[in-house]
Amino acid sequence: MGEFKVHRVRFFDYMPSAIRALAFNQPNETMAVARMDGAVEIFLVSDKFFQGKIIPGRDQCGIEGLTWVGERLFSAGLNGQITEYDLKNQRVKYTIDAYGGPIWAITGNQQGTHLAVGCEDGTVKLFAVNEDKIQFERNLDRQKGRIVSLSWHPSGSKIAAGMIDMIQIFNVETGQSIHRMLTDRGTSRSKECMVWCVVYLSDGTIISGDSGGMVKMWNDHTGTLIKSHNVSTCDVLALSVSRNEDSIVAGTSEGFVVQFQFISLVLEKNDKEWVRTRTFRNHTHDVRAVAEITTAVVSGGMDTQLVVRPLLDKIEVNSSASALQKIIFPHRSLVSCARKAGLMLFQYPGHLELWRLGESEGQGIPGSSLLVKTNPEKLLHLKVKGEDHIRCSAVSPCGEWIAYSTASSLGLYRLHCDNNNISITKISKIPKVLSSAKLCFSSDSSHLFSASTQSSVHVVSLSQSGCKLVGTLKPKSGSHQAIHLLAASEDGKWLASANSDHEVHVYNLQKKELHCTVPIYSSAVSAMAIHPETNCLFMMHADQRMFEFSIEQKQYSDWSRSVQRNGLHYIWLERDTPCLNVMFNPQNPSHVILHDTYMFCIIDKSLPLPDVKTQFLNQLTLKSLPKEKRKSESHAFKVCKTFREMLHVELMSDQSLVVVERPLVDISTQLPAPIKQKKFAT
Amino acid sequence: MVERSDIRVVRCGGSKINFRPPIISNDSRFVLCVSGDSVKVYSTRTEEWLHSLQGHTKQVTGIAFNPANHLQVYSCSADGTVKLWDFIDGILIKTFIIGSPLFALYVSKEHEGVIFLHLSKGTHHKNECFQLVSTHLPKSADQEVEAKELSVVSSHISPNPSCTAFGRGGEYIAFARKLQLDVYFFRKQKTYSFYLKATDKKGAKNAFTCIACNPTDDCIATGHEDGKIRLWRNFNHKKEYTYSTLHWHHNAVNTLCFTPEGTNLLSGGIESVLVQWQCGAGSKKDVLPRLGGSILHVSASPDGQLFCVSHSDNKITVIEDGFKVSGLIQGLVTGDTVLTDLMIDPRSKALVLNGKPGHLQFYSLLRDKHLYNLDIVQQEYIYEAGLDQFEVVKAVFDVKGSWLATVEERGRESSDLEFFLKLWAFDETTQSFVLNTSISAAHTDRIISMCFSSSEETTMLVTTAEDSQFKAWCQGADADTQQDQNFWSCDFVGSYHNLKPTNCTFSADSSLLAVSFQEVVTVWSPDTWELLTTLCQPPGQIRDLCFGRLSCSKYLLGTTTKNLLCCWNLLTCALEWSTSLEVSKLQADPLSENVAAFSYQSKHTDLFVFKPSEPLPLFTHEKVCSEKVHRAIFVPREELLNGCDERCQWLNGSQLYFLTQNMDLMTFSMATEEDRMLSSSKRLVIDDSIAVTPFYLLLGKHRQQQQKLNTPSHPAADKPQQKQSSVSIKQLLHTPAHVLPAASVLCSMFVNSLLISNTGVREEMESSEQEMDSEKEEEDSEGEMETRDSQQDLRAQGSVDEVTPKLSKAQERELKRVRKTDFSWMTGLIVSKP
Repeated sequence: MGEFKVHRVRFFDYMPSAIRALAFNQPNETMAVARMDGAVEIFLVSDKFFQGKIIPGRDQCGIEGLTWVGERLFSAGLNGQITEYDLKNQRVKYTIDAYGGPIWAITGNQQGTHLAVGCEDGTVKLFAVNEDKIQFERNLDRQKGRIVSLSWHPSGSKIAAGMIDMIQIFNVETGQSIHRMLTDRGTSRSKECMVWCVVYLSDGTIISGDSGGMVKMWNDHTGTLIKSHNVSTCDVLALSVSRNEDSIVAGTSEGFVVQFQFISLVLEKNDKEWVRTRTFRNHTHDVRAVAEITTAVVSGGMDTQLVVRPLLDKIEVNSSASALQKIIFPHRSLVSCARKAGLMLFQYPGHLELWRLGESEGQGIPGSSLLVKTNPEKLLHLKVKGEDHIRCSAVSPCGEWIAYSTASSLGLYRLHCDNNNISITKISKIPKVLSSAKLCFSSDSSHLFSASTQSSVHVVSLSQSGCKLVGTLKPKSGSHQAIHLLAASEDGKWLASANSDHEVHVYNLQKKELHCTVPIYSSAVSAMAIHPETNCLFMMHADQRMFEFSIEQKQYSDWSRSVQRNGLHYIWLERDTPCLNVMFNPQNPSHVILHDTYMFCIIDKSLPLPDVKTQFLNQLTLKSLPKEKRKSESHAFKVCKTFREMLHVELMSDQSLVVVERPLVDISTQLPAPIKQKKFAT
Repeated sequence: MVERSDIRVVRCGGSKINFRPPIISNDSRFVLCVSGDSVKVYSTRTEEWLHSLQGHTKQVTGIAFNPANHLQVYSCSADGTVKLWDFIDGILIKTFIIGSPLFALYVSKEHEGVIFLHLSKGTHHKNECFQLVSTHLPKSADQEVEAKELSVVSSHISPNPSCTAFGRGGEYIAFARKLQLDVYFFRKQKTYSFYLKATDKKGAKNAFTCIACNPTDDCIATGHEDGKIRLWRNFNHKKEYTYSTLHWHHNAVNTLCFTPEGTNLLSGGIESVLVQWQCGAGSKKDVLPRLGGSILHVSASPDGQLFCVSHSDNKITVIEDGFKVSGLIQGLVTGDTVLTDLMIDPRSKALVLNGKPGHLQFYSLLRDKHLYNLDIVQQEYIYEAGLDQFEVVKAVFDVKGSWLATVEERGRESSDLEFFLKLWAFDETTQSFVLNTSISAAHTDRIISMCFSSSEETTMLVTTAEDSQFKAWCQGADADTQQDQNFWSCDFVGSYHNLKPTNCTFSADSSLLAVSFQEVVTVWSPDTWELLTTLCQPPGQIRDLCFGRLSCSKYLLGTTTKNLLCCWNLLTCALEWSTSLEVSKLQADPLSENVAAFSYQSKHTDLFVFKPSEPLPLFTHEKVCSEKVHRAIFVPREELLNGCDERCQWLNGSQLYFLTQNMDLMTFSMATEEDRMLSSSKRLVIDDSIAVTPFYLLLGKHRQQQQKLNTPSHPAADKPQQKQSSVSIKQLLHTPAHVLPAASVLCSMFVNSLLISNTGVREEMESSEQEMDSEKEEEDSEGEMETRDSQQDLRAQGSVDEVTPKLSKAQERELKRVRKTDFSWMTGLIVSKP
């Protein structure tokens, strides 16, 4: 089925950042995730948790809280500032200083009128949410000690605030404290008890999680403790309540999530109680954030993974939705390859690294490893100026140009490489508009395409002397969403762009105008490419479905239609990571190469498609069959699971395959040590 | 042929008391447990065996208190009956005949008059199917009632009875099978089923092992194979059910039990640690470790003050409030295998065999009581599967019981075998065995058999081993040892053509030693160590050897692996006779010439008892049991029976016990003996309960004498009145004043008791009893019933003419009945009172 020389690249030290906060937007079914490095990611819950948007972080911007107000997303951090995000263009809209020292908590009320922030100086500050900005309104009664956690009563009239050793209830109208509920310090009297999280329920129950490992239920009317559950020996760091308030999940620093349910102890009677029920152990480190969404419990923490644990009682059928999903890597590529020059560009938050691939000797039998003649070489370490982290980066196929973009600026560099002397020159005088969400070079490296605001694409022509903005391609639909994928054709004639509204536009680069728009599909495009010979656009969607669109005929290709008719195999559809790259094998035009985090796959369009009954992963079975029989048994999907967690796969011009692996073990060794737990039989 | 009806195989005690969960009576004074064919009643405070409820003919499989009357207990048995007992007095009240074998019994307070039973549905696709049925117990006054109306609750349940439990207030019943939990709501008549995956990703085993329901909350606790406990709630929803998990056990959870208030949950498993979880407090728990045997069942007393834990080593631990062990009821420890032979300690007449690991246990057959354990290995035993630890494999007593030889070994499966030969002397002052000599390398390979010489003067031990030698050991034979310490040392090493010896035995007078070497039997003189003769009867290796006793001492018996039973005459050194018989165990009676041979043929074992001098058997008993019998012993009786039947005479001097492969100790009992036992046990009950007060001496004794005088001469005398009078006097004297009826009531009763009534009733009584005799009813407690049931009296009256009364029997019966009816008032009072 095609043998490749494979570069197993393990020198990309990609390190995801720990998850700090989660915020779920029920109407939009989107989950906002804040990471320790200040990045905010938007996951589409209904679209298999596809990472739709990424807003890169900045240095020194530790986000502590994240909240939705309507469709607007706010965050606050220890730098004392409140930030609103422009989700359409995937960048920060504005920041406002709250003037209360570091902010520990931020929540918006359900009515969408106010934001409350809890500050280091002991004040709860109320901000009015206006059309375009937020405005400081007033302080609630100032307390001694910091406000660690906040929760609005669903009516918006009261606020519960978790502090050190106590919980305060404020009347929002008067700003006065109604109740002061002291928490027990537990066994260690000397250690103060931090109320890390509070949840205010509509029936007046306040639920708190504290550093003593207790989850406590309080009555706000009397200000008394109703019940306390010892959940952990360490801290309870996060709480989240379900929409209909019958279930609570609590994240602990021991790495497990505990569910409490509001159920009647005696069946068919109405006196309900909070009962500890399930325990989910999916993390190795502190769970810093939990969210209970309609059908699942989402949790994230220091081990950088976002875990989606479906609640089986909320799911109708036993399907792929009932499987545990762990999101480890971003759903877009951090690696770009210069296919002709054998170079790789790795994108880190604050810098870029350019590597040259190693070379090996001669031929070997399939499956064996070749002797490395020259080691891979790090050519360049490019630090980004300013606080902003890199949004996207690209290296031209010839290896001469490197481009990157932050939230504010675009950097374009020319690489001079003669023998072992490497030098770069920065191209100055780049038009300001070019700060981009996605960069892409044309295949002959003569043009740079930069995705800009409002789904437009700027075309920059590159020459020895410099660069020049040649034109701007705009879709007719007038979508305001940012583009997250670009694909240029091999012959330089076509450019395809995909945006967050799931629109895919194809532009004619010669005429510099919109050629056509692919029919909108309900799921986001996770990867796409234009076939070098047939000029068909091959699109992979987040729900694992694939489409092939003939650009010239402006319609789906016959093969794509047959795929739709036949349907895809359930094993293919049940994969939980989206495809990250689409490639074509120039030697065999009918081959399409795809990869996701756990496998890479060659689709042979000339072979029949598998139906439900055929064995999907049939490589081993085929091997055992005699040659004549193989033909009849084989189907279009050839899946290879030889490699570990993959960040990127690219087919180079010399028919060698670059596989950038990042084993999870390597990531976990770089994590801080987890809380020591007694393990059985140790 | 032999008339076999009067000799039958019975379980003689030493049965498993851990077969089903024990139950504790309402006042926490008694603990009841099933034990073979009977239900045993123990005192929780003294741990003494009080009495047994006997009447079932097969294994009792379940017991439960009558929810309507806490002094009555239901028991069900594999013989297809459910019996209702008064457990304090040991009286059978009623028998319900279900028809098919029963495997478990459940009752609930809310379902009065209904019991739930496990039935086997018959073999279905090779694996047995069990079903849960409920049956209304018919309210009939008859002693034996057929309850044929069964309604099936579930037709697919686990064979394990601890996988079924009643929920709060009997509103639902939960039963688990493999990976499925079903909850059946009686009111809605609806079943909710919940499934678990066979394994989770880490390979844990999720199959259900036991189940318990919280008595106050709607919470079901289930135990699982991987040691997890799940607490299920909201199980009246198809989807929105929920459970939490507790995990402490590292192996399957064997049992779960909620305390009656529902505040705590007890769990136990192979770890022999009782864990007490606090409900609603997460994983907060107390543990009670080192209980000395993996836990099979836990049950709590109705007031929650007392727990009974039954262990795999046939033991019930009583745990009192405060989570401390307060008592221990030890049965015969049989474990999975018994490595040693069955032996009788000549001093204590106790049965000796392997007990708890590394120990020999001494068990009194007569009192059915565990006496003590002798620690042979003297090393700590570690309760963990897969460890190779020292185990006692051989033990033998000398004739007087002053010496005990034991062999312990380990590493039998692996190549590095380690074994010790130990000799123990009986110490008169401590009344126990004390280690005298420990020989670490008695042979170079493992010891196959050993025996003491049977002469009174000198004791000699002969051991045979796989290193094709046999050694004789004597006390103080080694000159190096000091005179005052009489250690054992090797006296003689013998071998025969380098063949492996298999067995050795001394003749009754110790003048001959027979050692079998594969196919050859060699006969040696122990005095001179001279090979006297060899006997050989190929083909087949010699399996068992024994000398004849008394008048048959000139015979040597041997069995071979090729199904041959041979008898050699030692005087002629020739084969006297031989017969083709697959003999699995040959056992000689030490008190008579008789030899018992257990023969395994076509899937069941037959017993032959014969004298070596005659090739024809004295007695045969076919189908003794369905497995091979490898262990058997003749136990001398305390007092000789004067044999009535010629065929039973072999049982007069001693009793034959044998151990089946299910580790059930069985014996042969004669009808006369059973009668005797029954009567003695009844007497025991009565003696127990009647306090010997001066009034009793005055009135009771006097009346009994009077009865005795009366009965033979005047069968129609006024007995009922006598009985009644004693009752009312007892009532006056023995009942606490605060529970007594009003004095006016008592007064009339008392006066009535002094009156002389007519004799009609008396006749009815007697005739009915005779009828029972003819029915060969073992239980003679019916008499008491009849005094209460006028209906039954009428029935009995109808049958007067049919039976000709036997006078002596009637007398006995009468005496018993009169004694027993003393209780009827008590039970009558209790029944009528609540």
